Amino acid sequence: MTTAPFPTTLAPVKRISLWRRYLRRPLGVVALAVLLVVVAVAVLAPWLAPFDPNLVDFKLTHATPGDGHLLGGDSAGRDILSRLLYGAQTTLFGAVITCAAGLLLGVPAGVSAGYFGGATDRVCSWISDALQSVPGMIVLLVVAAGTGQSFVVLMVALGIFLAPGYYRITRARALSVRKEPYIDAARVAGVTNGRILRTHMLRAVYAPIVVQTALTAGIAIGMQAGLQFLGIGSASTPSWGQMMNDGFQNMLNYPLILLWPSIALGLTIAALAFIGSTLADLVSVRSEQPTRRDRSRVRESLAAPAPGDLAERVASGSHAHDAEDCALRVDNLRVGYAVSNGVKEVVRGVSLDAAPGEVLGIVGESGSGKTQTIFSVLNLLPSGGTAVADGIWVGGREVGRLSPGERAALLGRSIGYVPQEPMTNLDPCYTIGHQLVEPLRHVHGMSKAAARERAREVLVQVGITDPDRVLVSYPHQISGGMAQRVLIAGAVAGRPPLLVADEPTTALDVTVQAEVLELLRELQREYGMALVIVTHNFGVVADICDRVVVMKDGRIVETGPVERIFRNPEDPYTAELISASLDDTESRQELDEAWSRESPAALDRVGEKDGAR
Amino acid sequence: MNAPGGAEPLLAVEDLVVDYRIHRKLRLRALKGVSISVGAGECVGLVGESGSGKSTLGKAVLGLAAVTSGRISFDGQDITHVKGAARRRLANDIQVVFQDPYGSLDPTMTVGEVLAEPLEVTGTSREKARAVVAEMLDHVRLPSDAVHRYPSEFSGGQRQRIAIARALVRRPRLIVCDEPVSALDLTTQSTILDLFIDLQRDTGVSYLFVSHDLGVVRRICHRVSVMYQGEIVEDGDTTKVTDDPEHPYTRRLLLAAPVADPVRQAERRATWLGLRDSA
Repeated sequence: MTTAPFPTTLAPVKRISLWRRYLRRPLGVVALAVLLVVVAVAVLAPWLAPFDPNLVDFKLTHATPGDGHLLGGDSAGRDILSRLLYGAQTTLFGAVITCAAGLLLGVPAGVSAGYFGGATDRVCSWISDALQSVPGMIVLLVVAAGTGQSFVVLMVALGIFLAPGYYRITRARALSVRKEPYIDAARVAGVTNGRILRTHMLRAVYAPIVVQTALTAGIAIGMQAGLQFLGIGSASTPSWGQMMNDGFQNMLNYPLILLWPSIALGLTIAALAFIGSTLADLVSVRSEQPTRRDRSRVRESLAAPAPGDLAERVASGSHAHDAEDCALRVDNLRVGYAVSNGVKEVVRGVSLDAAPGEVLGIVGESGSGKTQTIFSVLNLLPSGGTAVADGIWVGGREVGRLSPGERAALLGRSIGYVPQEPMTNLDPCYTIGHQLVEPLRHVHGMSKAAARERAREVLVQVGITDPDRVLVSYPHQISGGMAQRVLIAGAVAGRPPLLVADEPTTALDVTVQAEVLELLRELQREYGMALVIVTHNFGVVADICDRVVVMKDGRIVETGPVERIFRNPEDPYTAELISASLDDTESRQELDEAWSRESPAALDRVGEKDGAR
Repeated sequence: MNAPGGAEPLLAVEDLVVDYRIHRKLRLRALKGVSISVGAGECVGLVGESGSGKSTLGKAVLGLAAVTSGRISFDGQDITHVKGAARRRLANDIQVVFQDPYGSLDPTMTVGEVLAEPLEVTGTSREKARAVVAEMLDHVRLPSDAVHRYPSEFSGGQRQRIAIARALVRRPRLIVCDEPVSALDLTTQSTILDLFIDLQRDTGVSYLFVSHDLGVVRRICHRVSVMYQGEIVEDGDTTKVTDDPEHPYTRRLLLAAPVADPVRQAERRATWLGLRDSA
């Protein structure tokens, strides 16, 4: 986007709605079909039922299926099919009341508790916890006795007991959304709290609520049947729980009477549970996991002649050293991801190399494929990414020919890796000492004492003055700059011949950035390592690199020694990137002076505006 | 340190102290008595490292951080402790652009909804809001069919344009910019900075521009205050502060940023190392 900063049209995007993605899940479709049948049956019961569900015909008592009564008769001589159809009405009506009660109580409380925090949160959470600690079934029986067995009241009471489920889920979501900058932006824009709750907050909790409702409905139906089984509810309204009770009492002699309501209940609850879990899958997993077929499709597509400008699969970039001298050599690397309508290539033929003692910079903007290139070397591509290359050599060995185990061992011993985000790359559950010592013991087979001594030594080397305190600290107890030093210490602790750093200073302050670059330079000289550093900042390149590779859209546009690239960039894109750094640009005062010379009238206009205020 | 016109500044912060409560008893003093002013049509920069208190000052002006003592006045009116409906009325005049172009737009809203929200809360009619939104999209050079899209369908630079457009729809007189370009690629960064400058020339809006990058500040700000550990250690015209810094901290900050020229960077690094070791 950066080369065309003012686009006049936007590229079309393909949005796949949740509904369409749902319909691609066979299990979800079957479950939804079952639920729709149950709903249809409940609505159409008066027309579908062959008999009045309460009509007693003594000839029909315990009758087997047949003779106009498809499912036979129950112990009181009523038509089982008709009662089953009308029972669906009761079941669904009850589930709707329960879910509505749970939603109306749990969601507003959860959203407010998460958004406002403080006392609101404490009071609401206390009530929710209290509700969960009360034995629900007993209270429901008491309510049933106290209200003359009113079905609606009973279902509302059940909803109250299921409200904490909604409360917890919405509160957790609201808590995380409250910290988003867009909520602050809305407040600064003058949006009232009520409106923020109704719009931003409710939209954020919408998807988990839908999932929760499917699951709650299943639970509600089960509990409802349990209550009816215990004999609660009007005897004149047919219900599945009641029918099960009837069947249960005649189970040994007439097992079919129990079978029919059990099937109906089981199918309905299972359908709701599967709908819930399918929705949960779709909501939580934004990008679908690639299948084995997707992966082989990507591999084939990357190997086959490509349509368009790169039909011959020519590599971009060049090698500066002999193959046997290289710490790292990449030959015609291509990386692709499976997308809905084919394969998206993010690295389209990249060749580069780095010799021991050399610092190679890979420069490009976001989306240029520089990080994907490095991740392919490190075998760290996210799932769905597939790398194909004519060869990747690390320390003179071709990693493509190694077994996964050998490859992991080679990478562990010969490459040190410094990531971009220091904090998220340290495990908050372990001390820094543990995280430095473990790799040394397992990868390099050191004894515990030797590994600890080595860890202490590298911490001193990366400029940490009190290594013993840092060794026993947890990641949250140290600053971001210190964390990056720790990660560098971990990367060089095993004395790797190659160090790979992915934007190692982007997340840091400029002063810390200067320190880290200085440190990397010192370590690289001392160990004689090859250092490959990925960055978007030409200032960093000028500071530390010997050679530089400029990437754009998955291709190398230019490669060469640093002095030449800066003095005389061959590709216009390189020149553009270098000039984008703000070192020698005019200051605002100079810009304004130039502007007022060009358009004095414009300046007057601004002056008038100020005067008018 | 007044506005170019010499009149009373649009925003005046006097002797501001802000404490953060870390624990029931433990408090951290984020701002230790800071004073700045921003005139109409002026851009004033706040520069410092993380933890220097520069973002806290921006938050205090926006009413997002509680002030312990001191005074913030806007257009002559004391807004230090303004809350509720009065604070919401200030939204007509003071707006914000945040650093993170990903977190600052609600992912569930279309761009049209995002931009219309600040207008709808003032009771603007739907047609009027639509017209203003189209105009602002044009201002930040995004195509008008962007209104039907979701933020996830835009690049970082485009999202930041959307965030700027949202800050502009109420036609405010001051925009607090909290590191608005530091998450962007360098080329995107310079086009966004040019956009900020153009918008200021077109609308006369003032910026309080928070950044850790003196290069960015030099490009866009008329004046700058350098912050270190909750205090201002140096302030003045940006050209002068960046060409000839007086305070050793400003000098270190300036020298720490690498220049895109290997020869000059080697010299700069040597100077920086000397300064670091003597400090």
